[in-house]
This record gives sequence, structure tokens and C-alpha cells, in this order.
Amino acid sequence: MQDLDISILFKGINFLRLLGGLWVTVRISLIAVGLSIPLGILFGMFMTLKNPIAKGISRIYLDFVRIMPQLVLLFLVYFGLTRAFGWNLSNEASAILVFTFWGTAEMGDLVRGALISIPRHQYDSAAALGFTKMQTFYYIIVPQTFRRLLPLAINLTTRMIKTTSLVVLIGMVEVLKVGQQIIDANRFDYPNAALWIYGVVFLLYFFVCWPISLIARKLEERWR
Amino acid sequence: MEETVQLQVQGLIKRFGNETVLNGISFSVHKGEVMVVLGPSGCGKSTLLRCINGLEAADGGRILLDGEPIISGGKNMIRMRQKIGMVFQSYDLFPHKNILENITLAPMKVQKRSKQEAREEAEQLLNRVGLWEKRNAFPRQLSGGQKQRVAIVRALCMHPEVMLFDEVTAALDPEMVREVLDVMLELASQGMTMIIVTHEMQFARAIADRVLFLDRGTVMEESTPEKFFSAPQTKRAQEFLNTFTFEKPNH
Repeated sequence: MQDLDISILFKGINFLRLLGGLWVTVRISLIAVGLSIPLGILFGMFMTLKNPIAKGISRIYLDFVRIMPQLVLLFLVYFGLTRAFGWNLSNEASAILVFTFWGTAEMGDLVRGALISIPRHQYDSAAALGFTKMQTFYYIIVPQTFRRLLPLAINLTTRMIKTTSLVVLIGMVEVLKVGQQIIDANRFDYPNAALWIYGVVFLLYFFVCWPISLIARKLEERWR
Repeated sequence: MEETVQLQVQGLIKRFGNETVLNGISFSVHKGEVMVVLGPSGCGKSTLLRCINGLEAADGGRILLDGEPIISGGKNMIRMRQKIGMVFQSYDLFPHKNILENITLAPMKVQKRSKQEAREEAEQLLNRVGLWEKRNAFPRQLSGGQKQRVAIVRALCMHPEVMLFDEVTAALDPEMVREVLDVMLELASQGMTMIIVTHEMQFARAIADRVLFLDRGTVMEESTPEKFFSAPQTKRAQEFLNTFTFEKPNH
């Protein structure tokens, strides 16, 4: 009976194992996002510099990150660094490194966009009132940038969570991998387990990302 | 009549690339005087105002306020700017702050005045321009004319000695122009020193103590409004004034 295969979820600690796998995914994403946001803010400010060298560096970094598939970056860091420099990074450290590298570029571009979208006259009128450059940034530019940025940063988080499923390929056991393991181990007893397990994985992703998107949308409405 | 010179501009030169926008502008404004700057678009009026409060660095000449030079990026810039209030054409209120916060932010953070004192003054000023009820509203909830009146109040709350107005009604719907100009007329009657760039000729004539006519970065004419509007001396000024009068076509 196909329908009975749903009981695979309640066999042993299968469901808890899935949740544990989900935690790996969420943990990597949150650490990477947590690092990407401050680094991205700095990178975004760096990108607005008029200096041609700063422009060149930002351009190369951004293009490199955009052109390279994250999977290639993962392999490059996890396998490549060990071969080239003998750095033996754990798979989790490699994943966090790569996703932070990627997230910083994405976040930086968002920050740059938000910064240049603040009209020139906001700077002028602040200057005319006697604010210093630092005060102008602190009281006027940053709060406005932040409001434009927060929904975008939250969207980046959901993209990050979805993309971290790639870490399976450098041997990390995250939610998808746990699912596969459960399916493989029960191939003969529960031939239709795949449907149920992947269905649950789908729902787990959904229930992590959906509230985040919802918050982003609410904030966007409130601050427009 | 003994008048004290408050603002002096001497041989001001400003270039953008190869283009000379201001080519040796000189004039002075006395305390309590209202100077209206007129001229065709692109003649350098706005640049002149931006140089006066240091938003643009001059390429030559001097600007003195109470005898003290204004140098863009200079050490005294922050202090000098507090003596000069400026209102721009674009509604430039801070969108993330409500009306009271817009007005009190600079007095509190730049001049380190107490919140209570700044608020009290802001409310008084808002009352004077008829916008006290809007004190807790956000800029997006105000009309263009209301925003410009708040912008004037925001500048006034810093207790400036000179007010600069850069085409403050140019972006407004016609029916909102009046309410802003009335506020400026009241200011003038209270003895505020003002430099006004405008395209409202009737208003210029009413409010000006003196008119400065610029063309291609130079002062073409400096005179009283009566003289300037009824008998302009230069051909350029005559042509300029003619663009504001229309004749009924024959048909």
C-alpha cells in the first residue's frame, strides 16, 4: 500500500533527523548571511567610491562572483585550496566561506544601489543645515538606506537558504542528504518513501523561507 | 542711512570643466535687505547661491559673511553654514522623519540645543506658517506648498542671519505658490536678510529691495525693482523681461 509509506516519517527518529539536517542548512545560511551583511555594507560603500582602482576591484569581484556557479566555487575552495596550499578546510568552513564570498558581493551591490538611490538634494539640504559628513550619513542617509535595504537583505537570506542545498556535493549532510539516506536505507520496506520524504523536505524549506518572505513584504509595505 | 554690509561677494568665479558659470560676480547685501537675483535659466543664479553656502567651491574671488570668508570645505564651514539658511527647489525634507523631527534634528544635533527648547521653537514657527496641525505628519502626507513652508521653518529654526531661496516655487502647482511666497514676504517684513532666486516677476518686484540681473555668469544690471522693471538699462534685461509679457495675437 502506497499510502502507508507515510509512516516512514514516524519510524525511529527519522523526522528528527530531517529537522537536524534542516538545521545544518539554516545554520550555514544564517552564519553566511550574518557575515555577508556587515561585509556587504562595507563593500557597498567601497563600490560608491569614485576612485578608478576601487571601481576596478569592485567590478572584477562582482563579475567573478556572478559568472562563477556557486558549485564551482565550492569545489574550488573545498578541493582546490587543499591541493594548492594544503589548507584543510572542513566542508562546513568551506561552505560558509563560499556563501559569504557570494553573499558579500550580492549584498554589496544592494547596498550600492540603495546608497545611490538617495537623491543628491538629501545630501545638499543636510549640508546646508550644518551637518558634518558623518552626521549626514548617520542621521539622514543610513536610516533611509536601511529602509530600502532590509526587504532586499531578507530576500537574499531566502536565496541563501535555497542555494545552500549545494553543500551536499562537498559531503555535508544537510536536510536533502538526510532525506536521501532515509530513502536509501528503507528502499525495500518503503518503496514509495521518496515521495513522502521529498515532500516533507519541500515543506520544511517552504516553512523556513515563507515567513521570511512574508516579513520582507510587510516591511516593504510599511516603509514605502 | 547707515547700513551694515552683511554679505559680500567679490569677483566670484566658478567653472564646471571648461565652462565658466560665474565670471567675476561682485555685489554686497546689507543687513535686513532683500536681494532678488533674476536672469535666464543657465545664467548661474543657482550656482551663485550654492557657492554662498559652500555647497560648491569657488574657483576664484571671495565671499564674506560678517567679514569672515566662506570657503567650501574650510574649517569654519559648519559654523558659517549655521548662519546661512537655504531652501531648495526640490522638496528636500527628510522622508523618514516627521515634520517636527525634520525641523528639530539640526538644532539638536548640530547646535546641541535641548530637545524641549527645539520643539517649542519648532511648534511656534509651524504655527506661524499655519502648519502646527501637521507637526506629527510625515513629508509624504503634505502638499508641495506645505513641504516648502516646512523647509523654510526648518532653515529658520537654526537662527540664520541670511536666508537663501533657490527657486522655491518653481516645482509647485500654481495654486500653492502663493502660500509659500506669503511666508517669504512676512520674513522680509521682519527684517530677515534674504537672497532670492525666482521666476515670479510680480513677487520679485514686490519683495525686492534690490534686483541683481545675471546673464552668462556676469552681473548685467543692479538696481532697484522700480527701475529694473519699468526701465531696464541693458538690452539683455529688456529681452528677458519681454519674455514674461504677452501680446494678444490678431486673428
